[in-house]
Amino acid sequence: MNLQLGRLLGCVLLLSSVSFYACAGDTTSVNKHNSADDVVLKLPEGFTAKVFAEGLGHTRHIAVNTNGDVYVKLSNLKDGKGIYRLRDTNGDGIADNITGFGNIKGTGIAIKNGYLYFSSDEEVFRYKLDGNNNIINPDKPEKIVTGLLSRHEHEAKAIALDNSGNLYVNIGAYSNACQVSDRQKGSPGMKPCPILDSAAGIWKFSADKLNQTYGDGVRYATGLRNVVGLNWNTATNSLFVMQHGRDQLHDLFPNLYDAKQSAELPAECMYELHQGSNCGWPYIYYDEFQHKKILAPEYGGDGKITAGEDAQDPVYAFPGHLAPNGLLFYTGNQFPQKYKNGAFIAFHGSWNRAPEPQKGYLVAFLPFKDGKPSGDWEIFADNFSGSPELTASGRAKHRPCGLAQGPDGSIYVTDDSKGTVWKISYIAK
Amino acid sequence: MRIVRSSTLMCILFVLSAVVMSQISPKPVKQRNKLAASIERGKKVYADQCLTCHQADGLGVQNMNPPLVKTKWVLGDKKQLIEIVLKGKKDGVEIDGDSYSNVMASHADLTDLQIADVLTYVRNSFGNKAKAITEAEVKTVRAKLK
Ligand code: HEC
Repeated sequence: MNLQLGRLLGCVLLLSSVSFYACAGDTTSVNKHNSADDVVLKLPEGFTAKVFAEGLGHTRHIAVNTNGDVYVKLSNLKDGKGIYRLRDTNGDGIADNITGFGNIKGTGIAIKNGYLYFSSDEEVFRYKLDGNNNIINPDKPEKIVTGLLSRHEHEAKAIALDNSGNLYVNIGAYSNACQVSDRQKGSPGMKPCPILDSAAGIWKFSADKLNQTYGDGVRYATGLRNVVGLNWNTATNSLFVMQHGRDQLHDLFPNLYDAKQSAELPAECMYELHQGSNCGWPYIYYDEFQHKKILAPEYGGDGKITAGEDAQDPVYAFPGHLAPNGLLFYTGNQFPQKYKNGAFIAFHGSWNRAPEPQKGYLVAFLPFKDGKPSGDWEIFADNFSGSPELTASGRAKHRPCGLAQGPDGSIYVTDDSKGTVWKISYIAK
Repeated sequence: MRIVRSSTLMCILFVLSAVVMSQISPKPVKQRNKLAASIERGKKVYADQCLTCHQADGLGVQNMNPPLVKTKWVLGDKKQLIEIVLKGKKDGVEIDGDSYSNVMASHADLTDLQIADVLTYVRNSFGNKAKAITEAEVKTVRAKLK
């Protein structure tokens, strides 16, 4: 009897929580549910999300071809394959033809001028696509860049291409704050920081020359701790990047920062780059509350002293530690006008806010006008984690990572935790 | 109703009482208090020194910081485990096919007792069950590293 009563109660609770989500729909609408798991994305009114594919493992960045073929790059091989092509042959918004190829794991992927580019943690490759948009020779990619530094930390080589034959590669710092001994309490910052010569920046290579190394490329921008989300903005004709800000202010400097300050500082910054840009790492970080570049404590800072006069200011500052892993400037015509040329950012979600509640696991939107942010950021897609509790504990079911736009103006979001790919479209007129 | 033979009953009673006995007094009371005190102190050290990376539930962070749940390092050789805390680690652990990209700094600035406590806490939390680590054991390992 008791057991039955319990079950009944459980059912009622479950039902009421389901209807709660449904009711929350006066400002948000929910996705058509076609997936094995119970996560329902929350989206602005008029938008819908479909699970395009799932169970693909660690799906990182994503690229969509002009014919609608979707390619995802995996940081762990799934069934021995490092890239999957997801094809929707009947146009129902769900991939029905899925094939894997290549045995190289990594993060970066992009399509340009009939080639599919992708990266491992040390190299960049490409495949030629034929007239039917199939890959020629899946076992033999061309090697474009080789020998990039990959030392454990910030190893992912995210890539972007411009429209003038250039390839941009992130080479993340193999360090948190360039201390003599990484992440060691009491270890001073190295000055000058030797990491900046070969990492902690964006390097530019030719998109068409084979087997390039550091010597063939140029250091395009420096002072960037680590970038995973980057995108060529065709409206400004410039490269935009999202930096992952430094960690552990409280762990390393408990006398200067309490746990709460450490959870919120520094900001995750968006930068617009040009040849020679310097964003200031490791000497400074950006404080979004004081709106200032602050001298890093490893270099004598106390949380107030400003520095970095030679470093550029961010285009925009987001809350700390949300981990921006994907950046996309929206150029489609499907979404309402306010989204045009604006930025979508996939926030992978924090870990370094502990013991404070974790945050993130969402896709943000930042409106742009005339090449500059024209308002505050807002949450575009939420509840990847599954619930507010799973967000707070950091045990998110899904973690957004890559973003891409399809030829119909829908956008795709990857999750590198369970390998779900969502297709988000605007349906209200 | 079935009749149970008394010998079977005795047998069951005997086994039951043995189980109960083993539950209540495997160790002298003093030793148990010592273990509880070490775990209690270790919990504080963990919150201060390890929690940001390995998280409050010990499950770590996907592909960044490894879990401390029933790994071969946590449950395995004590000397190797003590060395991880003293020297740090960045040779790249692999757990269930996943690797972790962050680095762990040395925590040699902690006292022998703090290291013993934190490891005893870890070995008795997050679903782990393993023998305590003593101050003397940390001292021995530290001396050999110098
Ligand atoms: C800066 C983040 C960080 C901190 C702080 C940290 N660790 Fe780690 N720990 C790691 C990383 C990263 C690894 C894996 C390193 C590798 O791949 O070689 C690791 C590995 C380990 C391992 C072996 C692998 C496993 O999962 O069993 C143990 C045990 C461990 N840490 C315990 C601790 C304890 C105890 C503390 C506190 C005294 C601590 N760690 C503090 C990041 C950290």
